[in-house]
Amino acid sequence: MKLLRQLIYPLLAVAAAFLVGSIFILLIGDDPIETYSLLIGSALSWPDGIGYTLFYATPLIFTGLAVAVAFRCGLLNIGAEGQLIAAAFATAWAGITFAGLPAWILIPLCCLAAMGTGAVWAGVPGVLRARFGAHEVITTIMMNFIAVALASYFTQYHYKKEGDAILETVPIGESGHIARFGKFLPGFPERIPLNLAFVLALVACVLVWIFLWRTRWGYEIRATGANPAAAAYGGISTARQIVLAMAVSGGLAGMVGIGEVLGYRYRYYDGFSAGYGFTGIAVALLGRNHPVGVLLAALLFGAFLRGALFVDIFTEHVSKDLVLVLQGVIILFVASEALFRGRAARLARGKV
Amino acid sequence: MRDIFKIALLFSTIRLATPLLLASLGGLWSERSGVINIALEGLLLAGAFTAAVVTHLLHNPWLGLTAAILAGMATALVHAFVCITCKADQVVSGMAINILFLGLPALLSGAFFDSTGATPQIPKGELLPIAPIVMAFALVPITWYVLNRTRFGLRLRAVGENPEAADTAGIRVEAVRYAGVILSGALAAIGGAYLSIGQSSLFTRNMSAGRGFIALAALIFGKWRPVQTMLACLLFGLAEAVTIQMQGVTPIPVEFIQMIPYVLTIVVLAGFIGLSRPPRALGLPYEKKR
Repeated sequence: MKLLRQLIYPLLAVAAAFLVGSIFILLIGDDPIETYSLLIGSALSWPDGIGYTLFYATPLIFTGLAVAVAFRCGLLNIGAEGQLIAAAFATAWAGITFAGLPAWILIPLCCLAAMGTGAVWAGVPGVLRARFGAHEVITTIMMNFIAVALASYFTQYHYKKEGDAILETVPIGESGHIARFGKFLPGFPERIPLNLAFVLALVACVLVWIFLWRTRWGYEIRATGANPAAAAYGGISTARQIVLAMAVSGGLAGMVGIGEVLGYRYRYYDGFSAGYGFTGIAVALLGRNHPVGVLLAALLFGAFLRGALFVDIFTEHVSKDLVLVLQGVIILFVASEALFRGRAARLARGKV
Repeated sequence: MRDIFKIALLFSTIRLATPLLLASLGGLWSERSGVINIALEGLLLAGAFTAAVVTHLLHNPWLGLTAAILAGMATALVHAFVCITCKADQVVSGMAINILFLGLPALLSGAFFDSTGATPQIPKGELLPIAPIVMAFALVPITWYVLNRTRFGLRLRAVGENPEAADTAGIRVEAVRYAGVILSGALAAIGGAYLSIGQSSLFTRNMSAGRGFIALAALIFGKWRPVQTMLACLLFGLAEAVTIQMQGVTPIPVEFIQMIPYVLTIVVLAGFIGLSRPPRALGLPYEKKR
């Protein structure tokens, strides 16, 4: 019963978004049912549909978890985008600089670079919030722009192959590559970039659950988020929890760099992120800031990203921008939940 | 030669500061009433798209500008409803509107005009290159006056600082906040219209390119006050003008000049250069006590 109640509102929000979306689809002269069956249907075929859906869901699981951990501490990490960009560049930097090392050292080193850079990039706004009271929303937005500018500067002037027209770094050492599913899954083509980072994302879901609900740190983070004054009264250093939550959040966002650099492009590619950090906010909200919910929501948005390409090609007028509209409307509905929840509660009590 | 260069830099600073100024004055009205407006980016895009489409269809930029203002107000109304009536998280609502308006104009113009999401080119005679600039800078003293010298301004500041006290004094907190947010949509939309039918001659996908966030930074840098906010916008406009004109000329990479507004905002927020204190009730939905 409790589970049902947790599920019903997110499902309603998704349904409402589809309804609003179909108004726009009708307005521009296409068939909503046909469009939606393309959007969802193309994400379910084997192996391409499912393979790509899981591939697109991977970064969204990381960013969704990142936003959720910060949320649990009462913080809004809008900067997952910048954290994952800085982290992806750092991953590539480690992969290029230590290219000669064997895989068993290089891969962990690159992963550390990804998580560490993400943690630092989010930790700075965390410290500024805890120490000086600077609002993390604004500072993380600013850190986003700084990450974009720095990564493109270093790529352009220091790590690009001479004469390459595309803004990307030279490739990382081959021992830094992590396996794609095609390598060990029979019948799964290796051209599909789904890689071990997806497994890592699933592990991260479990670890985040353990961290938040089975460790003292997680308890203190949740206490700080639920009621900072009470937490401080109970002897919890809320400043430390804010910095810790932001660092963990950034580390999770940074793990996007692992799948992107070590499993997919094998280099840093400027502008690789399709707004994963911002979609992460939608994923966390829809998933109610719980790892299981985040996983489900990330799969939904992963399916959207996959299906959007087919909508773009096979419908007459609708473009892949439909997905952004759906995403925006879903967030608006989930955010407005309090209103409907209040109404429903009052109705149940017999007072309107 | 050097003077020409300086004058060119001055003009381009003013041109580049205009959309920032309109958006941040818009943000000022919303935030001084206690509602965080991170949706400025989406409001700019809503205004830019509407202005370009209406001007293209009706061949009159003034009608385009009017339509943009209405579109901005309608978009802001959504933000106001979600934040004030539904008492949702204001940052989340703003982000949703930004994402929505990154997609919606591109979806519509992709269907009706061009697959890249751009609108058709508007002929030069149907553009408004000067009027929005004049409006932007004229709005600075007007905003100051209305905010500090009128009854509406006093009420707006009261609901942003201390809604309980304002409520006790008989001010309808939610109504004043609605007014502040809707006004912010109108102003930001003029800024958006300037991007599409002033600076440029068509709407392109994501043409605001983060200006809504820089405007927000300018508002914080300007400590939520009209004149200081204008100075911040001019400073950030200068940084952008320098990046454009200095491309390849200076030994300092342009990326570092681009970063100036962002770094400055962080420094100011952290209180290293004078404290920037937000309106006290900023971000808090008002719950009427019974």
